Amino acid sequence: MAKRQKVLVLYLKFPSLEAEVISWATFDGTGKKLHMTGDSDEPPYPTGLDALLDGWRLFQSSQAIPEYPGQEFRTSYLKHEFFFEKLEEGDF
Amino acid sequence: MPKLLTTEQMAEFASSGCLFFEELIDEQTNKEFLDDIGHTSVENVESVQTYFDNIKSTSSIPRIPAGTPLKDSYPKNSPLEKILKNEVVDGAIKSLVGSNPLVDHQALHLTFPTKYFKGANQRQMSQQNHQDSTIDPRSTFDIQVFYFPTEVTKEMGGTRYHPGTHLRVVNEFGIAKYQNIKGQKSIVCKPGTVGIFHNGLWHGAGVNFSEEIRYMFKVRLQPTEKQELLWDPEKKYQPLPNRALYWSDEVKEVTINDILMRSYPWQEADTNRLDKINVVKFWRLLTGHKKMDVDYWLTRIENELY
Repeated sequence: MAKRQKVLVLYLKFPSLEAEVISWATFDGTGKKLHMTGDSDEPPYPTGLDALLDGWRLFQSSQAIPEYPGQEFRTSYLKHEFFFEKLEEGDF
Repeated sequence: MPKLLTTEQMAEFASSGCLFFEELIDEQTNKEFLDDIGHTSVENVESVQTYFDNIKSTSSIPRIPAGTPLKDSYPKNSPLEKILKNEVVDGAIKSLVGSNPLVDHQALHLTFPTKYFKGANQRQMSQQNHQDSTIDPRSTFDIQVFYFPTEVTKEMGGTRYHPGTHLRVVNEFGIAKYQNIKGQKSIVCKPGTVGIFHNGLWHGAGVNFSEEIRYMFKVRLQPTEKQELLWDPEKKYQPLPNRALYWSDEVKEVTINDILMRSYPWQEADTNRLDKINVVKFWRLLTGHKKMDVDYWLTRIENELY
């Protein structure tokens, strides 16, 4: 039996797992499903906490970085990023 | 006579970064454009590359050196000249980038159906989200005019876009990791529809699961003059007075300020406020009212007494 990783990335409305999901991405290392940009209009979970409750393991989250002086109002990438994984066993 | 944009349309552009004109171009001009590029049914198309090369070698779409004035770019009475001279398109261009814009570049985007990917043994994927060109922190902005000569159905995977993202400064495909963004939209339209995007709007091509080839012609235009009240040459626009915040009465009338202060479902709770501040700053540039404000966002933090 081999192990494969599935990765779920959630972007949340504020930096706490109880916050609403505003953007999401899924990468399926088992090869069972090919996810791609624009493939769903509704998030897989309403909040980050709901992903934990469904068995996803959090392994990385974005840091809180103070705005650079003089650039306080510059907006850019989505800020509150959380990486989750599930490991699946099978004959791949 | 060009039909200049209204103040409401300009506020919509300032807030969402895009405008759409459904079924604007007439059937005859759409046909002329499609004939000119040699549009044919999919059965007659052998390969993606051959079809594209054929369009490039036979169509009347000129090679335009970057920086050429738009007025000198397209042959008289050619389909693209007619489209860009349409009174609504011409008016929108004049309202946003003035009377003498330059052509940055043009492109004909073709999105092929599944069978071509199967034939070439390639994975059929949608295009990832991106912001065109490169990091662009200017206050000046360019526009991209998108023309759809045929109907675009949902199955055809029309251009995906994210309203309200145009003022976020990112580095091109640096946003590709956001597979899906709440509030994302895809262009589903009738033939002859024209869309106009702020150059900063996040977008990407959808995947085409239909049996037809999807076309989109794009031209990017750069202004040569200050983009201030171009839609309002008589300078009639006046900012609205301050309104009460939070402890206020219900008002049903939708004002310019409501359009400017619209929130979008993808915005974070904290950065949403900065997005609003940046829309007010953008509106100050567009109107020339350098102290105007909406809902006190800038007045509050500009009240520096030390």
